Amino acid sequence: MNNNLLITVEHLSRHYGPIQAVKAVDFELRRGEVLGFLGPNGAGKSTTMQMITGNLAPSAGRISICGIDLLDNPKAAKAEIGYLPEQPPVYRDFTVDEYLNFCARINRLSKDKIAAAVDNAKQRCGLTEVGRRLIGNLSKGFQQRVGIAQAIIHSPAIVVLDEPTVGLDPIQIREIRSLIRELASEHGVILSTHILPEVQMTCDRVQIINKGKLVYSDDISNLDQRMRATTLLVELRNPPAINELQTLPGVTQCDALGDNRFRVHHSLEQNPAEQIAEQAVKQAWGLLALSPERKSLEQVFVEITSSEQAHSHPEEHAA
Amino acid sequence: MMILTIAQREIRSLFYSPLAWAILGVTQLILAYLFLAQLQEYIHLQPQLKMMATAPGITDVVILPVYSSAAFIMMMVVPMITMRLVSDERRNKTLALLFSAPISMTEIIVGKFLGVVAFILIMVLMMTLMPLSLLTAASLDFGLLTAVIIGLVLMISAFISVGLYMSTLTVQPTVAAVSTFGILLLLWILDWAGNKVVDENASGALTYLSMLRHFEPFGKGIFSTSDLLYYLLFITTFLVLSIRRLDADRLQG
Repeated sequence: MNNNLLITVEHLSRHYGPIQAVKAVDFELRRGEVLGFLGPNGAGKSTTMQMITGNLAPSAGRISICGIDLLDNPKAAKAEIGYLPEQPPVYRDFTVDEYLNFCARINRLSKDKIAAAVDNAKQRCGLTEVGRRLIGNLSKGFQQRVGIAQAIIHSPAIVVLDEPTVGLDPIQIREIRSLIRELASEHGVILSTHILPEVQMTCDRVQIINKGKLVYSDDISNLDQRMRATTLLVELRNPPAINELQTLPGVTQCDALGDNRFRVHHSLEQNPAEQIAEQAVKQAWGLLALSPERKSLEQVFVEITSSEQAHSHPEEHAA
Repeated sequence: MMILTIAQREIRSLFYSPLAWAILGVTQLILAYLFLAQLQEYIHLQPQLKMMATAPGITDVVILPVYSSAAFIMMMVVPMITMRLVSDERRNKTLALLFSAPISMTEIIVGKFLGVVAFILIMVLMMTLMPLSLLTAASLDFGLLTAVIIGLVLMISAFISVGLYMSTLTVQPTVAAVSTFGILLLLWILDWAGNKVVDENASGALTYLSMLRHFEPFGKGIFSTSDLLYYLLFITTFLVLSIRRLDADRLQG
């Protein structure tokens, strides 16, 4: 068994009655890697995470954690996992210290290590000052941090975080993202989100899941490629006739958006931005704005899922 | 080890809410009133008792009625303590914490059960302080007292196992409380119907199932293994049902 392979998931499936939430998903997680699970609501992200962490039994498939089968030997496998569900599982009438102590104990840390583990987790999650406060009185952001502290308290090999930045303010989001990057140095991290910038900032690898199926899995740099813009937004004070823009090299299509604004579609290989600027100066079009449009997650997502559907076999659609 | 950790958290959680304190206070107050009323009765009866050859002692006249009433009061109190055991965790989504930790369902259920049993032991201890206060002026039948305490603890533990199971069935603590109370009351009064059924076998079965029937011998100072087994089987059944129900959460989602 490869020592760096933390999770191996094979043909994981899950039904809820007639609804198939996850369909034959395969993936792996290596040490030192942050894997982003991306997908719209109801795509099966949370279900997959619940299965990896032993909160939900899979209908079919195999999950192996650090070489230990989760279904055959749940206790040993679960000891290697820290999990933060969508809603942090905190006891509101406990103080942060009491709660983390309890978490350390149910994760079978020995008595002499508990105090150090609690201190370490509090420090990493910025909870040192609120140790004696009741969790129920803390803000959502702090509760979320307590949830993360709980997930990392026993230094598990794998940390699974389900939408860890939901409901946080921008500063807290940045802090949590840097914490996740930091965690990746020692642990393998799985992160689910529907926020694209979050994936770009924190993850090494991305998996897009749609309607229970894994439709895309690649390194983050390749996703960036896919997101590269193929449209420019141009605003001119004295616009020329639209076909004059259309004849520029590299331009495949040009739409007038009104108010002297145009959307210029171009090929991936040739970006006409320079040409447009040049012509605008030469012919006194009065260039006001020229900016590449980045694709949104939705566009990338639609692209990926629709191309997936085009490639898949017809019998799968019938299923 | 894990069982004790879970049990300890349960006790802590109970005492962090005002409910536990309110229950301890109110029950103690009611039982103290009953105790004093019973004592008054005893003092009133004392001249007549002296005339009798085999007069019932102070333990029979004062203490046993108090413990019988305590059993009845507990039937109403236990559902309120047990209702939140699992349903509250399910509602607050904290079960995920226990499910993803390296502990088994059995450890979770038994831990929660023992946590509440420990709380009940505190109640029984407080209650027992009252008869013990009589030691300053009288002597007690310790054999009888011990038997009735064991009987009471066994019966309350059986109540708790029902409450725990009901709590695993629902997300609403109040629903768990109401259904627990319903079942307990039914089991309590089961032998009323049993007495009226003409068919010998049928009435035997109903009376056998009645919880009260198995508590009564303890009040006579009889510690019989069949009663002990009844309670142990009863508790085990409901604990196993609870474990299975909690496991179904994982299987069915």
